Amino acid sequence: MMQDTYNFAYLDEQTKRMIRRAILKGLAIPGYQVPFASREMPMPYGWGTGGVQVSAAVLTPEDRFKVIDQGADDTTNAVSIRSFFERTAGVETTTATEDATVIQTRHRIPEQPLTEDQILVYQVPIPEPLRFLEPRESETRKMHSLEEYGLMHVKLYEDISRHGHIATSYAYPVRVEARYVMDPSPIPKFDNPKLDDNPAIQLFGAGREQRIYALPPYTKVISLDFDDHPFDPSKADQPCGLCGSNESYLDEIIVDDAGNRMFVCSDTDYCEKRQAAGHKGKFAA
Amino acid sequence: MTPLLSVRDVAKHYGPHIGCADVSFDLYPGEVMGIVGESGSGKSTLLNCLAGHLAPDRGEVVFDTRTEGPRDTVTMSEPERRMLGRTDWAFVHQHARDGLRMGVSAGGNVGERLMAVGQRHYGTIRQTATDWLGRVEIDQNRIDDRPTTFSGGMQQRLQIARNLVTGPRLVFMDEPTGGLDVSVQARLLDLLRGLVRDMGLSAIIVTHDLAVVRLLADRLMVMKSGRVVEQGLTDQVLDDPQHAYSQLLVSSVLQV
Amino acid sequence: MIELKNVSKTFTLHNQNSAVIEVLGNVNLTVAPGECVALTGSSGAGKSTLMRMIYGNYLSQSGVISIDGTDLVQAAPRDIIRLRREVLGYVSQFLRVVPRVPTLDVVAQPLRSLGVPAETAENRARDLLSRLNILPSLWSLSPTTFSGGEQQRVNIARGFAHNYPALLLDEPTASLDPTNREVVLTLIEEAKARKSAIIGIFHDEAARSRVCDREIDVSRFTPALAV
Repeated sequence: MMQDTYNFAYLDEQTKRMIRRAILKGLAIPGYQVPFASREMPMPYGWGTGGVQVSAAVLTPEDRFKVIDQGADDTTNAVSIRSFFERTAGVETTTATEDATVIQTRHRIPEQPLTEDQILVYQVPIPEPLRFLEPRESETRKMHSLEEYGLMHVKLYEDISRHGHIATSYAYPVRVEARYVMDPSPIPKFDNPKLDDNPAIQLFGAGREQRIYALPPYTKVISLDFDDHPFDPSKADQPCGLCGSNESYLDEIIVDDAGNRMFVCSDTDYCEKRQAAGHKGKFAA
Repeated sequence: MTPLLSVRDVAKHYGPHIGCADVSFDLYPGEVMGIVGESGSGKSTLLNCLAGHLAPDRGEVVFDTRTEGPRDTVTMSEPERRMLGRTDWAFVHQHARDGLRMGVSAGGNVGERLMAVGQRHYGTIRQTATDWLGRVEIDQNRIDDRPTTFSGGMQQRLQIARNLVTGPRLVFMDEPTGGLDVSVQARLLDLLRGLVRDMGLSAIIVTHDLAVVRLLADRLMVMKSGRVVEQGLTDQVLDDPQHAYSQLLVSSVLQV
Repeated sequence: MIELKNVSKTFTLHNQNSAVIEVLGNVNLTVAPGECVALTGSSGAGKSTLMRMIYGNYLSQSGVISIDGTDLVQAAPRDIIRLRREVLGYVSQFLRVVPRVPTLDVVAQPLRSLGVPAETAENRARDLLSRLNILPSLWSLSPTTFSGGEQQRVNIARGFAHNYPALLLDEPTASLDPTNREVVLTLIEEAKARKSAIIGIFHDEAARSRVCDREIDVSRFTPALAV
């Protein structure tokens, strides 16, 4: 019934062509923000309209689709985007990272290493890393085109002067192939090393801001830092309370009114697989 | 000796209105030149043409670059011009907030140009910023405060530090003491004089305040209706003005 | 050292129907190293005007003013500035300084602008201020608040900080007490002994006859008076 009403994956083919062109240009110029004519989507801005349009443009009927929100497959945003494409594209969906061919994500990169057969689509709220200090778009574009990136380090300088270390812990700016400075979307800096030399295609969509940018497979991505304050992709110094993993990125959860807390993997698929394999943390049931 | 800046026949029109026209002069290393004239005389237009903020309609602005010798900055590529703008040139705005990043600490403001030219050692940047705050007489404990918490005079001194930290050779100043209390002006002028002498700077100062040019400028250019009507040694132009307009300008100043 | 040939000076007053006033004409004079020449003539004869022309402060309409080989009438501003920094000193009747700058720095400034290290320049400044009886307690204050006589002595100290080969003195002993007058005359004699060429205006006749080798009456260069 839906197939009679909607084109495959909601967007009409002309719009998909336009978005694919933007994606191809983005892949050809890694880290460069390509403007595109963002469409109205049946969800509010800030809920992943950019990511959804990119996903719609790259999905094929054979794809298996996964959506995560802060690492979790079962939050409102992830569930509703997944069901959106189930209804408008009829594609298979999955929560297993290794089974997915297209993964749309908000604020995380899966713990399971990605492969050349996968596409990771990021939802991006603010694509312009320089905006924090230079609000004029005309000026930031010029700064990108002329590689004037001193300002990016001013942001890090301010961090160190105020906190004694680089306190930026998410949306940590990176330099792509020694050329463009890029906002990796609000992923934790813990995930930044995974951006580098990744076999998967990484696509970034900002719906409200009407920008698409991309990292082709195996792109060199370096996190900005100072010689005497090197980049440190640290995380909470705890094992996961449920699966006991020491390697994964953790969310802090308040568990009772007394303020007791536990740390658990933010990547639910990774955590559940480990628990299924018999790994146990100290809070495991 | 090669002039540091050689200006030839620069003109800028706004439609039928003349911004500035027929301006030519040579500025030599270590020279400080004042440009005076009333509001609308074209002195700010000229300064912006010289500093690369405005493209003149005609003429040459030849700067003696460190690596390639004299180059016309009007026809050089924008990246090259902008590179000059953060290395060998400095621009001090009348309103400090136009020349500062108000949301960034004093240290970050001073350090920006260092980072822009590739300095990547936090400790070194901070030490340099601390030194410069001292040189412009700002308490070094204020290094992490934002300029919004500074007085007007402090903001202006911070702007100067931010501009001079990379050791430029040519400084453009647009009414650097405008809008400041007289007592604050005096301190700023003294500071500027000391910096100009110690760093061997060349400078072009636009102002309508004749007292400022008497104290800072070696030579003076008087502008009226977009054209230079008289130029020469500062004290000679002020004490023995030749052109009718210069005489009017000098005689219009209230004697204190 | 100082040589003027056929120098003339007119003022054109544009705001008074462009009235042209001929102030000085056909000025010829020479001052040799080690010589002190007094400019004389009645008030309004143009002594100070001539002095200012020799300093490059007033523009001469024609002729040659050669100092140490540089023609001030034709020289570019930077050449005049270099000449003033290295060769040509001038003690005017009035002290003109940046407000709030300490007296010691004011006096040391001519040496500092020649690149002399701060300590050397300040030692010289202390020496001169002491000789001219400016109390050490005043050295860290700006001279703008000083009495007329004190300001004049600071002015003289600054003018003698560097050993200029050519020196212009406009009433250097005016408003000075006998003790300080003696100090200033000694300074002038020392400058002569160092072979400085000096031109001075002295109303103080005794001072004039003590330090000056010859007198030149400026009235003979004054067209208005000569008629």
